[in-house]
Amino acid sequence: MTTLKIKNLHVQVEGREILKGVELEINSREIHVLMGPNGSGKTSLSLAIMGHPKYKITEGKILLDGEDITNLETYEKVRKGLFLAFQNPIEISGVKLSTLLVAEYNRIYGSSTQPLQVISQVKELSKTVGVSDSLLNRGIFEGFSGGEKKRTEILQMLLMKPKIAILDEPDSGVDVDGLKAISNSILKLREENNTGYLIITHYRRILEHINADRVHVLYKGKIVASGGMELAKLIDEKGYEGIVK
Amino acid sequence: MPEEKISVDLNELINATIEAKNHSLTQQEFHKRVVESGLSKDVITEISKIKKEPEWMLRLRLRSLELFEKLPTPNWLPDFLSELDVSKMEIYIKPDVERTSNWDQIPPEIRKYYEQLGIPQSEQQYLGGLVATFESEPIYSNVKAELQKKGVIMMPPEEAVQKYPDIVKEYFTKIFPVSDHKFAALHGALWSGGVFVYVPKGVKITMPVEGFFIIGTEMEGQFEHTLLIADEGSYIHFIEGCSAPQFKKFSFHDGMVELYAKKNAYIKFTTVQNWSKNIINFNNKRAWADENATVEWVEGSLGSKYSFVYPSTILRGKNATSTSLVVTLASGEGEWKDSGSKMIHAAPNTKSKVVSKNIGFNGGVNIYRGLIRVNKGAVGSKAFVKCDSLMLDEKTKAYTFPHNQVFEEDADVAHEAHTFRMNEDQLFYLENRGIDEKEAVSMLVLGFIDEIMKELPFEYATMLNKVIKLELDKLGAVA
Repeated sequence: MTTLKIKNLHVQVEGREILKGVELEINSREIHVLMGPNGSGKTSLSLAIMGHPKYKITEGKILLDGEDITNLETYEKVRKGLFLAFQNPIEISGVKLSTLLVAEYNRIYGSSTQPLQVISQVKELSKTVGVSDSLLNRGIFEGFSGGEKKRTEILQMLLMKPKIAILDEPDSGVDVDGLKAISNSILKLREENNTGYLIITHYRRILEHINADRVHVLYKGKIVASGGMELAKLIDEKGYEGIVK
Repeated sequence: MPEEKISVDLNELINATIEAKNHSLTQQEFHKRVVESGLSKDVITEISKIKKEPEWMLRLRLRSLELFEKLPTPNWLPDFLSELDVSKMEIYIKPDVERTSNWDQIPPEIRKYYEQLGIPQSEQQYLGGLVATFESEPIYSNVKAELQKKGVIMMPPEEAVQKYPDIVKEYFTKIFPVSDHKFAALHGALWSGGVFVYVPKGVKITMPVEGFFIIGTEMEGQFEHTLLIADEGSYIHFIEGCSAPQFKKFSFHDGMVELYAKKNAYIKFTTVQNWSKNIINFNNKRAWADENATVEWVEGSLGSKYSFVYPSTILRGKNATSTSLVVTLASGEGEWKDSGSKMIHAAPNTKSKVVSKNIGFNGGVNIYRGLIRVNKGAVGSKAFVKCDSLMLDEKTKAYTFPHNQVFEEDADVAHEAHTFRMNEDQLFYLENRGIDEKEAVSMLVLGFIDEIMKELPFEYATMLNKVIKLELDKLGAVA
């Protein structure tokens, strides 16, 4: 059983305070959904948790199973079991996607596996999220469509088997089949690996496939409301302004 | 042309090679004979006598010496090269060994160098032929029987001067005249060692052949000459490897490569230059390509402190093609890597492509100088140049001096230049996949030169890969 605790998190970007005391607690197998209007700080929260150099944590703590990981290097946080699927991951031409996947595979399962075997296992996994073989041979995200990017992020989540995964809008720009494949992967990893989730989304669409344990609303840098699935429904009816009032 | 695939534990071999190059290859004592230092007629006559050269070669040397004394130092070279005093260097060092085709006959103290570098092993498993030059003399030369049967000639140029004087006379310093510049003249006067290769008409060599050069003494000058003639319709891949242990003082390398690709011939010439950081590397590389011929240069210029390398091709037959892919790495304060390619389009429908990728950090300086020339009459010619610079920190510099001279209106000449800095968001992404900063940087750097790595045989790509990673270890935090 793993717990990720965000305690009173304050974050600045270029001197401006974006997050003003965020509190969250995510346990293994739990699915938390984070909603909120544009610019409320959802993506900032995900990047700050992972330690992006532009996002300065000025106050508060991030605890993983009681251990303070606030100031760990990004890769150390990842190696302790955190994962972030980016909303719009950056293109890295020149580095093949397969190179990255093999590096991840070797780090997690040890480098004793024969390269060919690694590739065939990666391909197997790619199939389940609908990432085609031809993408593996391209530069990372080079010329990928929006949907292909999302599927590729989920593929890496399946490969890395995180304890807690933060998914930043895994559902935006994805077609119906893509949404299904992504939702199934989320649930499958929860069953097999007890992964807990923080899913950032704008839409209720993904909630038709996934039952969230908690729904939170982030507004102007703070979590202003938390509840069950009914909260998401309420947002749909009344809008964020209606909730905040 | 597919090259033969091999299945050996190359990793082990490559690791040995790299460790040897970077750490454990130490300067060793061995018996040698040094001609009196100084650059004079007498010294050159003595070198020629030791090599039992015919009169015409001695005359070529003496004429070169005169030119060297007359010609000015090229004005675009940095100051330290004009301060170079060749007369204070050991310009000819003859190791005290007889040339052989059997490693066992090479004295252990010298053989050890090659073993540390994994050369005999890669020869056995991978190469069609090997000529190894140690200091100023080729000490080992061997060509596999199957190549000999096809009439392929591969030997030190000294031997070719004796056995095939007509061919050598016809081609030696023909495309790269000693009058070209001061250091070409110096090379002409002092050339020693190197490789001579002749591939007969229609013979396609599926295994690469290699020339390997070691500088083992400080304050030495090495002037090897590689002369490669690919007759009509033939194919050859020549690999050039360079290594030197770390010295207290510097050594100077002023080699020359001349490639002649006859009608329909294909020459691929790959260099993996990993000299130690106190070598001044000056290399004179030029090729000609007849009708329908192809010349491909691939150059990994990683080592040495100062390096000046400009692989160039004269496209003199219609439909001839040439590409030049060059990677340079300047990874330390005061390191200066000067490179670029010249493509001379002298016939109709000729094509050329130059891709130069340079990587700099810790205050290194990378410079691209290139020339595309389309002569009158070279109608329908196409040329494409791309220079990319990747700088990993603020104190590093990169300069680009491209030059186009186009005398045919319908020529298609394009030039692209890009400068890249290490991208914080790309690094962050890779770290988010559990990859630490160092590894992430080296992934991005290797990604930057992927276009060129793809062109290298697997073994050499892996080696280049590891050399770059080792160099990157010296890099401080980027983010």
